Amino acid sequence: MPNTIEQLNQDWDLTIAPQSSLFTLNLKDVWRYRDLLVLFVKRDFISFYKQTILGPLWFFIQPLFTTIIFTFIFGNLAGISTDGLPQPLFYMAGITAWNYFADCLTKTSTVFKDNANIFGKVYFPRLIMPLSIVASNLVRFMVQLLLFVIMIVYYAVKGANFHITWAIGLFPFLVLLMALLGLGLGLIITALTTKYRDLAFLITFGVQLMMYATTVIYPLSAAPIKYKHLIELNPMTGIIEAFRYGFLGQGELTLQSIGYSTVFTFISLILGVVIFNKTEKTFVDTI
Amino acid sequence: MSVAIKVENLSKIYRLGEIGTGTISRDLERWVKMNVLGKDDPFLKIGESNNRSEKGNSDLVYSLQDLNFEIQQGDAVGIIGRNGAGKSTLLKILSRVTTPTTGKVKIKGRVASLLEVGTGFHPELTGRENIYLNGAILGMRKKEIDRKFDEIVDFSGVERYIDTPVKRYSSGMYVRLAFAVAAHLESEILIVDEVLAVGDAEFQKICLGKMGEVSKGEGRTVLFVSHNMAAVQSLCGEGILLGCGTLELYSEIKEVVKKYVYNEIDSSVQISILGGLSFSLVQLNDGSIVDDVSSIRELHICIKGHGLCEKTIGLTIFNEENQGIFSAHIFDFQDRRLNSSGYYIKVPTGLLKKGNYRVEAAVDDKQNECVLKFKKTYSDSLFLNNNNSKGLLMLSDWTHLH
Repeated sequence: MPNTIEQLNQDWDLTIAPQSSLFTLNLKDVWRYRDLLVLFVKRDFISFYKQTILGPLWFFIQPLFTTIIFTFIFGNLAGISTDGLPQPLFYMAGITAWNYFADCLTKTSTVFKDNANIFGKVYFPRLIMPLSIVASNLVRFMVQLLLFVIMIVYYAVKGANFHITWAIGLFPFLVLLMALLGLGLGLIITALTTKYRDLAFLITFGVQLMMYATTVIYPLSAAPIKYKHLIELNPMTGIIEAFRYGFLGQGELTLQSIGYSTVFTFISLILGVVIFNKTEKTFVDTI
Repeated sequence: MSVAIKVENLSKIYRLGEIGTGTISRDLERWVKMNVLGKDDPFLKIGESNNRSEKGNSDLVYSLQDLNFEIQQGDAVGIIGRNGAGKSTLLKILSRVTTPTTGKVKIKGRVASLLEVGTGFHPELTGRENIYLNGAILGMRKKEIDRKFDEIVDFSGVERYIDTPVKRYSSGMYVRLAFAVAAHLESEILIVDEVLAVGDAEFQKICLGKMGEVSKGEGRTVLFVSHNMAAVQSLCGEGILLGCGTLELYSEIKEVVKKYVYNEIDSSVQISILGGLSFSLVQLNDGSIVDDVSSIRELHICIKGHGLCEKTIGLTIFNEENQGIFSAHIFDFQDRRLNSSGYYIKVPTGLLKKGNYRVEAAVDDKQNECVLKFKKTYSDSLFLNNNNSKGLLMLSDWTHLH
């Protein structure tokens, strides 16, 4: 009704204003929507294998075939060292871990563009979407890890030359690092590409190229001294080396390397969340 | 009663044309001037109105300009205005999809907004799975959906299909299911954009009934955007009229609709003679043109023009509530005389109550493309809605002019 007397001292539940502080994260809001996160993960999982015969088995196919190809090309044709480990095991360890990081990164990096329609029509904490991506990739990662474990058992029975070390205890921490690193970098990229899309082109082949700058197809010990430091600058190198050291007993795990990856991850995560948070409010107008 | 929504100096600026001011250097210049030097936006020219049909000089337009109003708790408010008046922008800001450029909105209570039916529906998932997903997107907890699940399915009327992927649904069933979820949201404020345009007549009735129940029965605040004046009037007590981003009127819904409807007519009178066609109200005996038909028993509405014999002609008389009460059309082309200079139709004015009426006529060619409309309609959907109006429909009573 018009002409009402202004009421003072009323408590408002919500104030919508143009700008808010960089660090208002509304984590409470995110928590309140946790059911949505679970449902998004479920949606991704179910819709992945709907109308397929093999269903979730498809999660196995990609790492399996990549391992076979890598064993053939890099192992047999190129003859790159695998630190004495069975070649399929060596490659599969790298591929499984790298895939998780790469999937988190590429999928999060297009989160605004892919969901512009839904974001433009309804409000929920935007952070739910990238978080759900990381979580559904985690499901996928775990399924693929199962394949890796089956192979470990197979080679162990055959008596191949490898051993599990104490560093396997670091596994949950390594997964967390990969998830957060992919998330942080992805958030930065998606926020930057709402206005100028150039970066989005870079990411699709950039991730592929970056794999070769990580110790996925070769061990760090086999890298030429000249480039070794460059490869160590890649935060994923430390993570994958630690992963391999834990499961297979070969790899360079030092406090520096894992510490560097951790610091790098958290800096990119904080940066990513802040930029994302700032962008989410108006990206609907510019995407 | 207390205020549920308070809008203060709300403005939203959009940039026309390409995104960005065009180049990254101008973007940087703008950013430096605004954020470092603290000056106003250098590319924003103040004082230009946002009229979509006129040419302007500035790239930036006010989609909303300096809105101030308060909505009381429990009110049902209809928001009306022409296309581009800022209705959707206002709803988008209220539902936190985008932020205002300046100004503030203060809200008391939970907001549930329905800007689109079925947001986030995944075609591969079944109806059951989509109810949960959509409910969660709209802000419901899983427990809440569990509790209301049966009610939602009942309301939607698609029980038989509930375990079928929604991509196999007809579009009507899809909408039914989606609206059913939204209708069961527990919130103090419900925001609904024009979403009832789909679905069959029965379902539209159910939707309006449900919304009425929400606002009147449960005392929740409802904001409703629609071009369907009859629906707005039956549902809402108050109305907000937006014109080019500014608040033109905030009053009782009847007043607002009246102002809107008559604004429309004024702006379109000059189109009534165009391209050799003319349209007039004439008296039977002497053929003189009349404006006031209160003294005549029988009114002839006459459409003149060459080449009309190959066109579809339709006309509708609207009452003050903007309901079509009388329609007449010519569709079949065989029976028409080729050299006829026009057609007229008798309207029994004795059947009309006292009041103001508005006549709209449209001439379409064979491809059903409208070649001429005599009076602009509010929107296409409204024009189509005429077919559903309760008035009389006369089909073949047209007579040739000699």
